[in-house]
Order: sequence, then C-alpha cells, then structure tokens
Amino acid sequence: MSPILQGLITIVLGVGGCVTYFYLSNLVLDKVIFPPKGRDPGRNINRANMVRPWLFLLPAILALGTYLAYPVVGSFWRSLFNRDGSQFIGLGNYEKLAGDDTFRQAVMNNFLWVLFVPALATFFGLMAAQLTDRLKWGNFAKSLIFMPMAISFVGASLIWKFVYANNPTIGLINAVRDYFHLMPVDPLQIPFWNNFFLMVILIWIQTGFAMVILSGALRGIPEETVEAAVLDGANAFQLFFKIKVPQIMSTIVVVWTTITILVLKVFDIVYATTGGNFGTQILPSYMMQYMFRDDGRATAVAFVIMIIVLPVMIWNIIQARKETR
Amino acid sequence: MADLKLENVSKSYGDVNVLKDINLDIKSGELIVFVGPSGCGKSTLLRMIAGLEKITGGTLDIDGVRVNDVPPTNRGIAMVFQSYALYPHMTVRDNMAFALKIAKQSKDQINAAVEKAAKMLQLTEYLDRLPKALSGGQRQRVAIGRAIVRDPKVFLFDEPLSNLDAALRVATRIEIAQLKESMPDRTMIYVTHDQVEAMTLATRIVVLANKGIAQVGSPLDLYERPENEFVAQFIGSPAMNLIPGKVTATGAQTEVTLENGVKAHSDVPTVDSDMGRAVNIGIRPEDFVPGDEANCCFTGKVAITEKLGEVTLLYFEPQSGRDAVIAKLPGIHNGLRGNSVTLAADPAKVHLFAEGRSLLYR
Repeated sequence: MSPILQGLITIVLGVGGCVTYFYLSNLVLDKVIFPPKGRDPGRNINRANMVRPWLFLLPAILALGTYLAYPVVGSFWRSLFNRDGSQFIGLGNYEKLAGDDTFRQAVMNNFLWVLFVPALATFFGLMAAQLTDRLKWGNFAKSLIFMPMAISFVGASLIWKFVYANNPTIGLINAVRDYFHLMPVDPLQIPFWNNFFLMVILIWIQTGFAMVILSGALRGIPEETVEAAVLDGANAFQLFFKIKVPQIMSTIVVVWTTITILVLKVFDIVYATTGGNFGTQILPSYMMQYMFRDDGRATAVAFVIMIIVLPVMIWNIIQARKETR
Repeated sequence: MADLKLENVSKSYGDVNVLKDINLDIKSGELIVFVGPSGCGKSTLLRMIAGLEKITGGTLDIDGVRVNDVPPTNRGIAMVFQSYALYPHMTVRDNMAFALKIAKQSKDQINAAVEKAAKMLQLTEYLDRLPKALSGGQRQRVAIGRAIVRDPKVFLFDEPLSNLDAALRVATRIEIAQLKESMPDRTMIYVTHDQVEAMTLATRIVVLANKGIAQVGSPLDLYERPENEFVAQFIGSPAMNLIPGKVTATGAQTEVTLENGVKAHSDVPTVDSDMGRAVNIGIRPEDFVPGDEANCCFTGKVAITEKLGEVTLLYFEPQSGRDAVIAKLPGIHNGLRGNSVTLAADPAKVHLFAEGRSLLYR
C-alpha cells in the first residue's frame, strides 16, 4: 500500500474514530445511563454533566497512562537490573555512574548547556522580536530567523559541521583564518570551548522559537503603557527594559524553561558532530552510548535526566498557567 | 502657567486628511473640553498636543515656544489615558514615581511628591498595591496622580471617565473639577464624547466636526447661541428640533411661515433681503410649552411618550422623511399618546438657521 494512502486511511480512521467515540459515549450516557426522565429528570441531567468531562478525558488518560506513566515506572525498574536484565543489582547502575569520569563530565557539560543555551536563545529571540517589530521587512527577517526551526537537529549539525570544517575551502571559520594567513584549526577539538561551538547550533535553532513567542507577547503589551512611559520621559532602553520586558516576564520564563527542558533532551547535535569525543559528552548522548549495549545503565541515565528535568518542568507549567490566567 | 496656541494645525495620514486648519488660543488656567462625534479627530488632536502624533501642518506653541518637534516629555505636559495605562508590574507608588525616577530626582523629593499626590487623591493606603488589586475608579485616580506628581504645565485627559460605571463617573467628574480648582493656574485639555462632562467641567468647549472646529465657546454660549445646526443639535439632549419654513416678515423679530402654514416668531433679527428666504427654525425640546391656536408654532400627533417622572418626552409622528419632532414637558403628562398636541415657544428661544448657519452670526 502506498504511504499516502496509508496516511489518508489513518487520518480518516483516527478522526472518525474520535468522533464516533465521543458521539456514541455521550449518546449512551444521555439515553441509557442517566436519561432525562423518570421521577427527577433534573438530577439525571446534572449527573450526566458531571460524568461527561471524564468521557472526554478517558482516551487521553488511557494513552498517557500507557505511554507515559507506565514507561516511567518500567524504566526505573529496569535501571535496577544488570545489562541484559537477568540479575537484580539494586542501585548498582547508579553507583557505577557516579564513579564514571565521563558521566561526571557529561553532567558538568550539561550544566553549561542549561546555563547558556536557554539564556542566549531567549536573549537573541527577544532582541530579534523587538528589533523586527517596526521594520517594513521585519516579517521577512523573522521568517529567516525562524527557518532553522524547520531543520532537524542532525541536519543542522551537518550544516554547522561544514561551517566548522577544517578545510578552508569548506569551513567558514577556517576560510576567515585563511584570509588572515592563519593555520586552520578544528573548532570542535579545542578543549572546553568546543562545547560552546556545539551550543551555538542549538541556539541558532531555538532563537527562532523564542522570537516568535516573544514577538507575540510584545505585541500584546497595551500601547498606552508605552505611550505613558514616553510621556514620562523614558528613553528607548528604559522603555524596553523597564516597561516592556517586565510586562512579558512570564512569557520569557516560559520560553526559557521550555528551551531548558529541550536542552536536557537533545543528543543529536553531540551525536552527529563529535560523537561525545573531545570532552563534549552530555547526558542524552551519554545515554545513547550505552543504549542496546547496557540497557540497565542507559535507563539509569534516563532516570537521572528525568529527575533533573522535573523541577524545571513543574516550574514551566506553573508559569504557563499563570500566563494564561 | 501655560498658554497654548494652535495655528492652522492639520493632520493627514498619507492622502487622508483627518484634521485641517485648527486655530485655537488656550489661555493659562483654562479647562478646555474637546467634544465631537466619534471619529471627528478629537483624540488625535489631543495626541498631537501631547506629541504622540506628528503634526503634519501648522504650528503648536506652548508659552510662545514652537513645540512641533519637541519630544513629548519636554513639552511640560502629562496625560491621563482612557484605559488608565498604568504599568501593571509596578506598585501604585512606583507608577507615580516612574517619571521622577527617570528624571533622576532625589529619593526624598520623589517620596514627598508621591505622598502629597496620594493624599490629595486618597490613595495613601493603596500605595504598595499593584494596579490589578484596585478598582476602576482607584486606577483612574492613580493615573491622575501620575500626572500630578510631574507637576506639568498642561494636563491632557483622553476620555478619562469612559471606562467607569455611571455612579463612579459622576464622583470622579466632581473630583476632576475639584482638582482643577486646587490648581487654578494649570491648563487642562479634556477630550470626551459625553456632553454632561463637557458642560459641567469646561471653561470653554471646542466642538469638533468635519475635520475642523464647529464652534468654540463657553458651555452656555454653545447652548444658547449655537453658530450652526451641527452645534445646535450636538449640544443638548434630546437634540434641537429643526423645522423648515420661509421668512415672511423681517425686522427685530422675524416671522417664519412653516410648511403647514403655521407662523412662528423668533427674536433673531433679519434684514429686508432675507424676505422669502428658506430657513430652519430651531427649538430645543425643553423650550416647548403647551400652546393654543393663537400662539402656536407646532402641531402634531404624538407617536410615543416617555415618562421619566421629572419630565415627559413627546415624540411626534415624523413628517416627510424628517427627524421626528421631540418635546420635553416638565412633570408627568398622561393620555397624550395618539392625540394631536399644539405647542408654542418663546420667540427668544427660537433659533434661525439658513444654509446650516445661524442668522445670529453674520
């Protein structure tokens, strides 16, 4: 069967299935379980309305339970076993992690990533949003900045591998060095700083995301507050940092934490560029390294990542709720 | 202390003219109200004075200095917005102090100014709250306080009461009037579409219509001696009745014969050349009194009555596509609906308009 046909059938079945489920389940609820007749039809209608939200929630609860809650518990359980899952070793995998230098370096590098990528992506996004706001060609500039969002992480890594390439006729950086008659270098092999060259890739991708969200938030600021500040004598910098930014602070936090969570999940960039060599290992790519070879250890890493992400995520959700209120 | 002088001020967006040739002299200490129908450009004119909109033609002087190109903050003005425009992330205190902080005043100076304004507006106990914890009326007082602390030469109000409910509107209106009295040398310009606000607050009212000024004058001047039919119908509620006729006798008192043959008299003088001229007589609904055949000037069948207790409004059946004539009689009148009623008016209260212009002014 052709993939297009398959896709169409899936869409029809999926959407049709949803509609059928909601229609039939509501029908059963209203006609069979609590029909609006008998001695007290009002009470039956109220009861039906109390059950109804659960009908709508049920598919999501089932799906999330199967594909999210169960795997979390299952992963944790698996991380307590040895590499082929035949022997229960308690916290042995975690102990081995703590003793591994590469793991410690991955944690350290991840810490750098979490510190710099969300901060810089949000900052550049905010700048881009503000600076393109009043430009005639602002929308064109925005689509250019947003475009990397559409590229896969591996694709982006390959593009940047060209930028960083050793050969001056390919690599942008070495082309510039060559112009000044400097020896070519491999940026991805410079200890410590190569981490930052990798972060640039993710920042390049995520700036567009930050820009789009923050640009919407900036437009939502009441124009009068800006005008009032102009009358109060604020200059452009004061307008931006004292009036505009504080008003979109909750959105900035949401963007920031969303990117933070992403940073803790991205392994593709390191995987496709250095493969974790030259001291660039981070937790997700470290996990990839052990996957299929030692699943016990890989799931232990996954669990560590989850525990690190959790507080950020909870904060993100709280902030996002605050914003929609 | 600030005199404003607008000379041939105009505003256009590209080819579209929204205001042209506005000439206005505002004396120090006046409270000028701009009124007009929506879209007449009254807010635009205010924003041009504030410096938020560019003046595309003519000059604006404040105290004799041309300020067309002076940035808003250096014009010595403060503005109160319809939506309050409070900074939502700052407390009331910080909202009021913002301009002074920007101006790098000392902490003591700022505190003194804020406390003084807060006391004046009864905001002292709310100083550390955020705007979202305040009611609409309190928010508007904070907005006014923010203007006061800057001690500007000119206050600009852009429909400041429109977002308040009716009772609060009256209370805040009185507060603004008292504020004006406590600062007799400050000039205030106030935009509104509410004629009650205009009539009660203004030293002079500027009626804007048709991209220009329709009339400038004291509230009662506009009410008693409107220059044209637009002002006559815009000021006063319900609007002035206009009834067409022909001049049939001239002199110190003019006689107009209406379409139905009735003769009406007006104290507006006319000259011999006016004889036979097509005019509209204008009578305010409240100037009608019950009359009889002898002194009548209007007879019609009552279509609808509205009894408000204090007054009774009579809506007559409209004739030949014109607006229905409305009369406002004091007290309660029963049983008039469907009947023919004859009304008279004091000749001193009867206005005369030819080609839309009042014959009082020529």
